[in-house]
Amino acid sequence: MTTKAQSVEIINGKRKSIWTGYQIVLVIIVLFASALCLLPFINVIAVSFSSKSAILRGDVGFWPVEFTSMAYEAIFNDKSMMHSLWYTVLITVLYTALAMVLTILMAYPLTKKRLKGRKLFNLLALFTMYFSGGTIPIYLNIKELGMLNTMWSLIIPGALSTYNMIIMKSFFASLPDSLEEAATIDGANDFQILTQIYLPLSLASIATLTLFYAVGKWNSFQDALYYITDRNLQPLQLKLYNLIKGAQSVDVTMMEGGASTVATNISESIESATIIFATLPILVVYPFVQRYFVSGVTIGAIKG
Amino acid sequence: MTTIKKRKPKLTWLVRDWRLYVMLALPVIWYLLFCYKPMIGVVIAFQKYSLVKGMWGSRWVGLDNFEFVMGLRDFPLALKNTLWLNLMGLVMGFPVPIILAIMLNEIKHSGVKRVSQTLLYLPHFLSWIIIGGMVLKIFAPTTGVVNSMLLRFGLIDKNVPFLTDGPTWQLTYTLVGVWQNMGWGTILYLSAITGINMELFEAARIDGANKIQQIWHLTLPVIRSTIVVLLILNIGQMMNISFDRPYIMGNTRVQNYCDVLSTFVYRAGITNAQFARATAIGLFQSVVGLIMVSSANFVTKRLGEDGIW
Repeated sequence: MTTKAQSVEIINGKRKSIWTGYQIVLVIIVLFASALCLLPFINVIAVSFSSKSAILRGDVGFWPVEFTSMAYEAIFNDKSMMHSLWYTVLITVLYTALAMVLTILMAYPLTKKRLKGRKLFNLLALFTMYFSGGTIPIYLNIKELGMLNTMWSLIIPGALSTYNMIIMKSFFASLPDSLEEAATIDGANDFQILTQIYLPLSLASIATLTLFYAVGKWNSFQDALYYITDRNLQPLQLKLYNLIKGAQSVDVTMMEGGASTVATNISESIESATIIFATLPILVVYPFVQRYFVSGVTIGAIKG
Repeated sequence: MTTIKKRKPKLTWLVRDWRLYVMLALPVIWYLLFCYKPMIGVVIAFQKYSLVKGMWGSRWVGLDNFEFVMGLRDFPLALKNTLWLNLMGLVMGFPVPIILAIMLNEIKHSGVKRVSQTLLYLPHFLSWIIIGGMVLKIFAPTTGVVNSMLLRFGLIDKNVPFLTDGPTWQLTYTLVGVWQNMGWGTILYLSAITGINMELFEAARIDGANKIQQIWHLTLPVIRSTIVVLLILNIGQMMNISFDRPYIMGNTRVQNYCDVLSTFVYRAGITNAQFARATAIGLFQSVVGLIMVSSANFVTKRLGEDGIW
């Protein structure tokens, strides 16, 4: 991570090319591993742009065969799919906002050593990392609260991650105490110190955690599967799951000797296109947010 | 004046810090309502629970639910699959990020390094539904690119049943996990390696140590503690298995190989509404898991490393 951009290095005052045999072998292995991470996408993209007959013949590799954008037209013309997209965006935004508020409100007071009961509050949070009521009691709790089949079941129950809270806390704790002392002398209270001093100084951490929460929510599937049965309230991941599983059960019957080739024909490229469609928002932001995630992981590991 | 002085020590903390408690109120209510209330809810594992009577009105039955569940054919199977898939994942997946991290660190061309890191981290950002969807496409019998490529190059005569044969499915499941985590897993090792003083490498090189010797005597000892801690923590997580991944990748043809505790609990509890029995399985899993994590932490501390608490 510390190496500078260079194709030569200077050893004992002599310029030498860095491309020794050792380096070349290393680069080939690492690029191969990287390619493994990329190729599945290329294949799925290629399939999503290929014609049905080419897909069924097994002709599609990493380039579209008999190019067609029909699958994407089908998705964009599918009202329920577009509805699901906006609905998922809405859930993600609301969830992330609530999660950040809760995270900051929990993390900030816990960094104040003078706070009575600090250890107890800390324990209250930490214990949940190691023990939980489990799937069913949580489900029954949501049910009792009347949140089944509402969008709130996807927003509120998961709205605080203790792991992220610890990251926020360790960042707040790293800011010098003198900031708070100076502000207190000037007559600022805790609300003002948090909103006017701590938060503006923590923008990078806040951005990191916002992304943690947003990507997590965008990708979440389990809660929707458990709590949502109403088709209009299904987020994108659940919709995608139903599409994939619907098609797969047809595949399995076909292998078992059933005859329903027509159904599979329709879905192959649409499924691939939907996978790309649901991945696209992540792929668009990914290059920009990657380094924030990396820094978040190292903070969490050191201080957690 | 005297009265104020007398009272002061008692309530100053509240006068001074009430705003902090106001801040805490919302998240603490959240913790109580969404984490601790369900923890009380686990008592239904010891009840003949009925939705109508609720937790307070249902009859207590002791360990009946546990006995019933242990007697099912599916339970030992799900337990075995959980442990086995986790073990395979650990054995095959644990060394890969270490090797990759060492290699990435050795690469001198920063462009190559940056691009490969970006690509290697990518799978971590995708949901298991998306990865699972891709896996189902890519490994499909005739239309999948893996089988069609292998056939084309003559490496196989007939389709490999990546997803439809039990043991092969388990291998596919494991390798997809290794693939998903291999890049992301390097981050902690890389940050440990970059902490090494570069002068040490320089000194080793001048003393005539070759690359392998440098890695063996310098790099590995430095990341040793990271390796040990992560290994022990991973072993402590053996009882836990995510839901999304086995659920999306599994299918009815490999039911006996892909059913794990999380999917079993879902099927029994939510699909079939056997709330008490499914809670019993979950409680069993949580308690054993907690014991394992605690032991893992204890061992880590005994080895002189920082534990997780």
